[in-house]
Amino acid sequence: MHQPKTEKAILALADGTVVHGFAIGYKGTTGGELCFNTSMTGYQEVFTDPSYHGQLMMMTYPHIGNYGVSSRDDEARKVMVSGVIVRAFSHHYSNPAADGDLDSYLKRNQIVGITGIDTRKLVRHIREKGVLNAVISSESDDADAMVDKAKKWPSMRGLELASKISTNEPQTFKPGQHEFYRPVISQAKEDSIDPSVISSPALKTSEEKTEDKGDSILPESLPDAGHSRKPVTRTLFKVAAIDYGIKQNIINSLVQRGCMVRVFPATTDFETISEWAPDAFFFSNGPGDPNPMDYALETVRKAKETGKPMFGICLGHQLLAITEGMGVMKMFVGHRGANQPVKNLKRGRVEITTQNHGFAVDPDTVSADAAEITHRNLNDGTLEGLNFKRFNGFGVQYHPEASPGPHDSSYLFDEFVERIRKFKEQNGS
Amino acid sequence: MPKRTDINTILLIGSGPIVIGQACEFDYSGTQACRSLREEGYRVVLINSNPATIMTDPIMADAIYLKPLTTKSIREIVELEKPDAVLPTMGGQTALNLARDLHLDGYWKEKGIEIIGVDIEAIDITEDRQQFRDLMERIGVDQCKSRTAKSLLDAKEIVLELGGLPVVIRPSFTLGGTGGGIVWTEDEFERKVLRGLELSPIHEILLEESIFGWKEYELELLRDNNDNVVIICSIENFDPMGVHTGDSVTVAPTQTLTDKQYQLLRDAAIRMMRSIGTFAGGCNVQFGMEPGTDRLVAVEINPRVSRSSALASKATGYPIAKIASKLAVGYNLDELENQITKTTSACFEPSLDYVVVKVPRFNFEKFPGVDEELTTQMKAVGEVMSIGRTFPEALNKAWQSLEIGRGGLGADGYEEIDREEVRKRLLKAYWDRSLQVRNAYKLGTSTEEIHDVTKIDPWFLEQIQYLVRLENRTEGQTLYTIRESDMRELKQAGFSDRQIAWLLSQSDVENVTESSVREKREKMGIKAVFRMVDTCAGEFPASTPYYYSCYEDENESEVTGRKKVLILGSGPNRIGQGIEFDYSCVHAVLASKEMGYETIMVNCNPETVSTDFDIADKLYFEPVFWEHVYNIIQHEKPEGVILQVGGQTALKLAKQLTENNIRIFGTPFEMMDLAEDRGKFSETLLRLNIPFPAYGTAFTTNEASEIADRISYPVLLRPSYVLGGQGMCIAVKKNELEDHVRTLLKSHPENEFLIDHFLEDAIEVDFDSIYDGEQLHICGIMQHLEPAGVHSGDSTAVLPPYSLGDRVIDTMKDYQLKIAKALNVRGFINVQYAVKGSEVYVIEANPRATRTIPFVAKATGRPEADIGVKVMLGAKLSEFDLESKLTCYAIKEPVFPFDKFPEVKKELGPEMKSTGETIYFLKDFDDEHFRKPFEFKNMYLSR
Repeated sequence: MHQPKTEKAILALADGTVVHGFAIGYKGTTGGELCFNTSMTGYQEVFTDPSYHGQLMMMTYPHIGNYGVSSRDDEARKVMVSGVIVRAFSHHYSNPAADGDLDSYLKRNQIVGITGIDTRKLVRHIREKGVLNAVISSESDDADAMVDKAKKWPSMRGLELASKISTNEPQTFKPGQHEFYRPVISQAKEDSIDPSVISSPALKTSEEKTEDKGDSILPESLPDAGHSRKPVTRTLFKVAAIDYGIKQNIINSLVQRGCMVRVFPATTDFETISEWAPDAFFFSNGPGDPNPMDYALETVRKAKETGKPMFGICLGHQLLAITEGMGVMKMFVGHRGANQPVKNLKRGRVEITTQNHGFAVDPDTVSADAAEITHRNLNDGTLEGLNFKRFNGFGVQYHPEASPGPHDSSYLFDEFVERIRKFKEQNGS
Repeated sequence: MPKRTDINTILLIGSGPIVIGQACEFDYSGTQACRSLREEGYRVVLINSNPATIMTDPIMADAIYLKPLTTKSIREIVELEKPDAVLPTMGGQTALNLARDLHLDGYWKEKGIEIIGVDIEAIDITEDRQQFRDLMERIGVDQCKSRTAKSLLDAKEIVLELGGLPVVIRPSFTLGGTGGGIVWTEDEFERKVLRGLELSPIHEILLEESIFGWKEYELELLRDNNDNVVIICSIENFDPMGVHTGDSVTVAPTQTLTDKQYQLLRDAAIRMMRSIGTFAGGCNVQFGMEPGTDRLVAVEINPRVSRSSALASKATGYPIAKIASKLAVGYNLDELENQITKTTSACFEPSLDYVVVKVPRFNFEKFPGVDEELTTQMKAVGEVMSIGRTFPEALNKAWQSLEIGRGGLGADGYEEIDREEVRKRLLKAYWDRSLQVRNAYKLGTSTEEIHDVTKIDPWFLEQIQYLVRLENRTEGQTLYTIRESDMRELKQAGFSDRQIAWLLSQSDVENVTESSVREKREKMGIKAVFRMVDTCAGEFPASTPYYYSCYEDENESEVTGRKKVLILGSGPNRIGQGIEFDYSCVHAVLASKEMGYETIMVNCNPETVSTDFDIADKLYFEPVFWEHVYNIIQHEKPEGVILQVGGQTALKLAKQLTENNIRIFGTPFEMMDLAEDRGKFSETLLRLNIPFPAYGTAFTTNEASEIADRISYPVLLRPSYVLGGQGMCIAVKKNELEDHVRTLLKSHPENEFLIDHFLEDAIEVDFDSIYDGEQLHICGIMQHLEPAGVHSGDSTAVLPPYSLGDRVIDTMKDYQLKIAKALNVRGFINVQYAVKGSEVYVIEANPRATRTIPFVAKATGRPEADIGVKVMLGAKLSEFDLESKLTCYAIKEPVFPFDKFPEVKKELGPEMKSTGETIYFLKDFDDEHFRKPFEFKNMYLSR
């Protein structure tokens, strides 16, 4: 519950702000871009979302850790944020179905965290000043040194991160199999991680649980707002998903709709992907700036030529846009939460969405013949979705797979599958 | 779609008198609806029989009908006003039922009136248990196993089918679960089944598999015409299934659900709302969840603004009723702006970065013999809400808000912890459960044991355990040894200075006082700061001045350079102090604004209009508790405080305000105190040559007995400083008196009590007036139908008097003026008289706004509360139009909660028991509203 407040920790921002609190998780020093998330549930999904790779995650909801951790809530094989910032950390949890407590989980994943600090003040601070880098340390209380460290921390702008967290071996997920995403950790990563951590019980439990719990891992009925239905258990289509940091629930969402999904490493050349003869291409979410990702843009360009349906989420959406000559800019604060209203301009309906992005497509660079703007954020008008006109593709800036967050936008996966079906019909395959 | 232009006049149906299960939250929703619709240019016609409401104030609607809530009245109003549409979702079940009845008669259709904000067919589905079940089955939402019964025989069969007892009984179409409950044993089965069948208007009950002990959740939804649905608030009940949600301690947002579980709830709720028709408006859905699994069952759905909507609105800052009204007239959510940020969309789901706790308030002490166990039938009469950055902080603040004399959740020297008693209190659900959990931890009980007995989620239990650990640590410290970090942790956990003083006194030789703790922590730099309720967890800038306090690093409440007045609210609703004071608070705010003041409202009752963020210039949602009020005063530095509109709650703070040199507007504190001090007041009356019943004051049984002998029986016994006659009783002989005194000494230790000679068969008169130092304005003189001895709040009052001679009335006017002068009154002065023959006795004087002010204002058509407050702030009566518009008699009829407490004898006495009232206008006394109470006037009088 409330921490045994012995171990101190410090949070230092690049602008010189220093906050003192108590240590949680792994003892050490960590840094990254300081960002916040306003979701009131789903901390584990947030911490394991690959798009947050390398960021310090501050949760605005004060009590974090209440229901422990559970393997079914992992969105990737490990914690992706580089540090955790909390107002009131729960060392004890209540959830009979959980695998363990959040503190031990953070320790196993070597994540440094801090609790007991005024998070709201920091949120307001970032809101005014824009995002900035910071350092958390539970081993040094030298404030000046930590501020200095934060100042020197590399900026996210121009930073290519996707290839660093992508799977290094392709992997296939078939309908009818209730499998968890277990990509092999890439070589580069493995070197920097204590092997004992990789083989720790926490990482194993999910596999064990998969067997014990069978169906309960994936709900029988699709958690789709409005209606329920059973997942499709046989393969209808083949989707190649390029992994820049793909979330588990994206794969689940496609598999449940009858797609066999083969997840390819970010840097896989297009020919290799083609050989698998996919019916469609999916470009995943991921961390960092899409602008320097030449290898990915190359793949997108080649995929476009096939005429096959393409769908991009978040970073993937930005990649599609860049190849059409659109600009992707860094946002002042970014959107991170599970309550962002997005209007579907075609349907006229509003979806409450999960969002996690610090970059966005500049609507002024969208020419009418290249794409139609399909979605907009109701709060600040940010471009949230595009339907491309010169190729068979669409993309959204937000996260229809939710997890955490509302399921209002899961229809986008239906639309993708429908596109594939139509394409196959028209092309007689 | 923008707002509709094909409708002009909208009929709004109110909820009538305050009863348990349907209280002043519907004044909040109705008032918001009125304002919201008029803002859009619609003509609003309102019917409500409750004179104590803000919504029935002339400033709120275009035409107001203070008429009984019957289909007959509605038909009359429709003939006169010819509305185009009717909005029945703001007046609780009462309004919905009326709209439904008229719908079944084909009345709305015949008149071409459209029902907006609800799908009337949907009401039947949601209220009829079997239809609701069938629907849930169709849309794939799980249910408890159950079946409806129309007879005892049916019921017996069904129990066998469900696998035996316990089962839950839910009568169809009753308010607040009346007649419902869990049946544990064979012997109570028959009785409870028959009672349920009797109470259901269609004589039908549902028998249901017991999910007692499951976790309970509530979601508040809004939907527009385009079928956009948003969840405004999620609420988790601290008390597991088995306790009515109105009686549960509840927490927002949910605390112990994973995102996957929460999304199951969200999806199911949206599916449920979409399945019950196509209306645009608010909706409330309740769920039970089996701990440790994802099994979710739908408990109920209310396709209207509900009790929880008020709570959800205050908890999130999202004005549900206001927005729901706009949706009802055609707007879509994405066309409306977030009322708090003003820059983002109203079509979103608020994110909280604080914790909200609601704790219900009960009045069991007024009903001897009442079954205090909390069940599926609501028993609470009011509630408090508190906001803190953490659950422990909010929980302590809620206990400070409750107005039961506590300094927080225990740790204030009140408790004698007895192991047996704690165990007994935890085995079943009682009102003080959270406190008993704390006591159990004090006794060293483990979380597992407490969970085993109470089924309360261990996460909540461990938060309380944390508080106990802090208590234990602090008990070993002294005011001199306590470290700054420990003090800060205590304050962040919501401990009041009073609690800390008590804890630090445990190891110290001297008694630590509240003020010395304050001084110490202020020296340490530990001061309250104020944070904003902004709907978005700080993501966007917001400018709405809605604040709560906590002990953190940053203050968001900027102080302006304007002259300010602080208005103290009346805390939780309870019998004797309810909606009437909210009415007066709202008027105090509006009147002060007109007098050029920046208004600052302090209150902790989520059901009120005064705690809407757009009433006062600044709202502090804080306990009306000295420490918190003083924090706000130190921060805002107002010119003065208005406390005469907040009932006894606010008045109690007068002494401390005066001691700290804070100005009180209106009648000076010394005079308010004098009016309360029987001895000094009687001396004053003696000096003024005004008669009063013989009396004496006592501290012990012996003293009391001597006095009674001296002034002769029967006598009236009461403690000082109480409202609603709490603890008051009549004794006709010595042993009775002694019994009463012993009971009183237990419940009101250290209080002196008064013994008056009781005037038998006297007529009681309530006289409200306003005095500006020169002139006395007579607001209203009300004659009670019942004889003296029945509490004025429980009496049927007639305005003007129906059987008093001119001489008697002139005498009262003369006394009233003399008393007002003598007490140096500025503002309200109420005096209660007993008239025996031609002799007029003064019973008591109250130099403050009373419960009857709204009734008088509605009857006379004069803004009495407004005038009173302006006079307090320095205005003269000569500036106002004091013409009364009353041309007939107005009668105030009390409403009692006896149907909720079947085990309690219906009897009336000096202790107030009614929860609400209605107003009725009489042309003559041959009206059943006069005749009936007149016939029965002596019937229920007790001692």
